Amino acid sequence: MGFVKRMSGLDRRIIFVIIGLAVIIPLLIPIGLPIIPTAPARATYDAIQNLPEGSIVLFSFDYDPSTMPELQPMAIAMLYHCFTKHLKVIMIALWPQGPQMAELSMQEVNKQLEAENFPLPEYGKDYVNLGYKSAGGLVIIGMATSFAGIFPLDTYGTPISELPLMDKIKSGKELQAVVDLSAGDPGIPAWVMVSRMAGYPQPPEPGSTDITGKMYLLGGTTAVSAPGFYPYLNTNQMQGLLGGMRGAADYEKLVNKPGTAIAGMDPQSIAHLVIVLFIIMANVFFFLEKRQEKRKAT
Amino acid sequence: MELTNISFWDFFGVWVAALLTLFIFSFLYKDNPFYKLAEYLFVGISAGYYVGYYYYNVLIPNFWIPFWQQGQYEYIIAVILGTTILFRLSRKSGWVSRFGFAFVIGCGAGINFITYLQSNAMAQIYGTITPLVALVKGENGGILLDWKNTIYNLVMIIGVTSGLVYFYFSKPHKGLLGVTARLGIWFLMVSFGASFGYTIMARISLLIGRMQFLIFDWIKMTWDVIGGKISVGF
Repeated sequence: MGFVKRMSGLDRRIIFVIIGLAVIIPLLIPIGLPIIPTAPARATYDAIQNLPEGSIVLFSFDYDPSTMPELQPMAIAMLYHCFTKHLKVIMIALWPQGPQMAELSMQEVNKQLEAENFPLPEYGKDYVNLGYKSAGGLVIIGMATSFAGIFPLDTYGTPISELPLMDKIKSGKELQAVVDLSAGDPGIPAWVMVSRMAGYPQPPEPGSTDITGKMYLLGGTTAVSAPGFYPYLNTNQMQGLLGGMRGAADYEKLVNKPGTAIAGMDPQSIAHLVIVLFIIMANVFFFLEKRQEKRKAT
Repeated sequence: MELTNISFWDFFGVWVAALLTLFIFSFLYKDNPFYKLAEYLFVGISAGYYVGYYYYNVLIPNFWIPFWQQGQYEYIIAVILGTTILFRLSRKSGWVSRFGFAFVIGCGAGINFITYLQSNAMAQIYGTITPLVALVKGENGGILLDWKNTIYNLVMIIGVTSGLVYFYFSKPHKGLLGVTARLGIWFLMVSFGASFGYTIMARISLLIGRMQFLIFDWIKMTWDVIGGKISVGF
């Protein structure tokens, strides 16, 4: 079999091995490629940075372990940012395993804060985990009226009336920011479509830092879904968006806390380069094979 | 992960997760019993886990407690409607499920009609109303042409218009309409390509996540246990 024909029909298992090596080698021998945060990531960071101390941020953990590599680093970096700015955090989940993702994120954040001798956030005062509630958009609508009506107990079974943080806020209308870490539906589309009409505060004007009576809607999503949400960003329905592991790496860079996302950028870049080379190779050998067949025919 | 001692069950759990990961990856060579074992285990455990999870986290707090402990008897209506959906499984009585589905679809359509129209149609139309020529105030107070935003706005308006023209099928795509539709196809293909590129990035990210687990959680932890840096205890 000629070289061109052999390369055109290359066994896909060889491609799998090469892609695998393209991921493993940069993980073991980091290159340190530069990471320049994108504008949407910077907008997300600036929004949290603009919140005054004591502001209450709602984190909606709408993902499960299948998308942890992309969304967990975002959760950890954003929670770290919030706690270092002394913001208060309410965690909810519209996906069943969201509360566990929230707990795992907090364990990692506490480790980071402890390593810097930063006072650890206290459960009940600085953050609460209200757990999972089914029905997606209806939960968002219900929270606009009352948190207690939707989440009478937190994820550990404690009545929310016994949590000091929940004395400061009774409904979603008093939130300063919502961060939705979303792997699908319910998630960002539900928050964008429902929140403003349900009575949550309106977004601040583009470029404005005055957030009195306003609410940021920020999102983190898988790379698969990110292109579909950029229209929300461009129309100011969302004020920030992190897309995939790259978005998480951008945020880790902005808060200066390198984690698994930044570590994953070298293998990501190398793997993409390998894929591009394979695509070029495949096209070259495709056209060479066609030319050979034409010559044989004539 | 920096640990000096871990419990046996954590250590065992990491090994089970690593082996199952490798079993799934073995499919890349060819289908085999190890892959099948991992696949069936995943399906079975997911189903069992979610039955238990939904019983304790949905049925009990959303129906059992309000109905039996708080006297909110109106919740029985929701349970009856939900139960009718299960009749879908019966060939003879499947028609009963129409009541439950009608309620779900009707409510969903009613809520989403306005919200979807607002966020995905009206807001997007509003977002495309941008100046064809973007101007900006210069340092000396004069008005300057903002090239970047002008080109961006022009590309966006041309892309949106031509893309919409492509989906206009009431007239044959000939002449000016045909040319515009053809341009629309190019914009659509470029956007699909960008979306596909993001999809590839997502899949590579998941592979990177698994490799990070295998290398830094499984192999490194096992090496440290063998080397005595980490002790495993009950």
